[in-house]
Amino acid sequence: MTALLEVEDLRVAYGKIEAVKGISFKVNQGEVTTLIGTNGAGKTTTLRTLSGLLKPTSGKILFDGAALDTVPAHKIVSLGLAHSPEGRHIFPRMTIEENLLLGAFLRKDSAGITEDIERAYTLFPILGERRKQAAGTLSGGEQQMLAMGRALMSRPKLLMLDEPSMGLSPLMMQKIMATIVELKASGMTILLVEQNAQAALSLSDQGYVMQTGHIVLNGTGADLLRDESVRKSYLGED
Amino acid sequence: MHELPQNLANGLMLGLMYGLIAVGYTMVYGIVQLINFAHGEIFMIGGFGALTAYLALPSGTSLWLALPVMLVGGVIASVLVATGAERFAYRPLRTAPRLAPLITAIGLSIALQQVVWAFYPGAKKARTFPQFHGNPIDLGAFQLQRNDIFLLIAAPLCMLILASFVRLTRTGRAMQATAQDPDTAKLMGINTDRIIVVAFALGAAFAAVAAVAHGLRYGQVDFMMGFIAGLKAFTAAVLGGIGNIYGAMLGGLVLGIAESLATAYIQNVPGMHQLGGAGWANVWAFVLLIVVLLVRPQGLLGERVADRA
Repeated sequence: MTALLEVEDLRVAYGKIEAVKGISFKVNQGEVTTLIGTNGAGKTTTLRTLSGLLKPTSGKILFDGAALDTVPAHKIVSLGLAHSPEGRHIFPRMTIEENLLLGAFLRKDSAGITEDIERAYTLFPILGERRKQAAGTLSGGEQQMLAMGRALMSRPKLLMLDEPSMGLSPLMMQKIMATIVELKASGMTILLVEQNAQAALSLSDQGYVMQTGHIVLNGTGADLLRDESVRKSYLGED
Repeated sequence: MHELPQNLANGLMLGLMYGLIAVGYTMVYGIVQLINFAHGEIFMIGGFGALTAYLALPSGTSLWLALPVMLVGGVIASVLVATGAERFAYRPLRTAPRLAPLITAIGLSIALQQVVWAFYPGAKKARTFPQFHGNPIDLGAFQLQRNDIFLLIAAPLCMLILASFVRLTRTGRAMQATAQDPDTAKLMGINTDRIIVVAFALGAAFAAVAAVAHGLRYGQVDFMMGFIAGLKAFTAAVLGGIGNIYGAMLGGLVLGIAESLATAYIQNVPGMHQLGGAGWANVWAFVLLIVVLLVRPQGLLGERVADRA
């Protein structure tokens, strides 16, 4: 397995408070890799650093052979890394279609863009039905679909999904998880951050457990699901 | 009441001018949540830029021919100062507490006034601005001043261009995205630093057009002209709903017309005969602002957004 993303001894701080305290992990080509952990473990901070919104204090980020840690945020997507942020962050006063088009902001191939928009509508038919509707009027689950669809519009090599199931109904969560499986089957490499550890680990190839800024455990998704401490801390079992 | 159409026409002209300046406040606020209190001075500098361009032309050039050159001169001056201010005064404070750039803007406003006062030849007094001569055009119900024709054409044209720019161009869509969610805009690959410069430059260009209209209307420019005009335009932007470009124009029109009508008619209200006339125009303009802030704090076209105080 070749690693598409390699993170080495990454440290990130907000002022004097260090949120990520020297973590290392890999995301292999074609696999789903999950970071799990409780609130404040540093998962979102890690993703925001990978996409350039935060600057690391030290450490290395190697993506597809290139160092990312000094690249400004707006240039990262063109390298093939797309980020669907926590809380979805769709553009509320634009239509669904305009949101999707912004996902392809740097692309010039209008035929390919049209094709990818149709693909997003096939993946999420509800978005196609409401393409001219302001995105702010969508339900939480629909907004999540839009955020994922928008991230895919850049034709990324690596898709980062931050808490895609947060605040969703169980039914909607199943739909989102099924989409992740579908994307993986189509060959997409995915870095997933989830609080719903059960669902996330069962579809992951690799998993890392984060705790207060450190990675405390890692293994295959199946291994972690069987691990006693994971079961206790994250799967709610005694 | 036979003078009502004339008062409305006067208010409309005033309103178009306020609206043009207000666009600059509202666009910058919409994208970086900064009230650029130096924007009135950007307007003033546009007036001096236009005057400089006029003086550089051979004397005797017809004003119709000179006008495009004056516009270019005004726009260049305003845009240079505005983007310079963004780059060297505001950008270093992007992550500072909000009060810091606000105080910087006020300081910059005073500094720009004083620089023009001290260094522009003859600017210690008002300088004469070229005007069209000839009688007002009689349109029956009201008369149109020849010098206002420019504003009447330029303001709607500017708004049309801006609206199409924001809706139809790639940079326009990037501006909307940056205004709605700057971090996520970056994730889309939008260079938000560049978008901020574009917002400052567009607002400055509009202010320069307004300054030319102001110069033509009043026949002079002076280093303090940006102070009251800026405050009025800021009022117009808040009135219309700050952050909304159509709101800025609407707010300008409402303010201009209200001011014109208040000046003309308040004195007819029993017991208020001392409160009319031009000397009270600014008072009524700001009374209107206070009333709107009490009744509809988000402005006429603004949306109530909790985290945008």
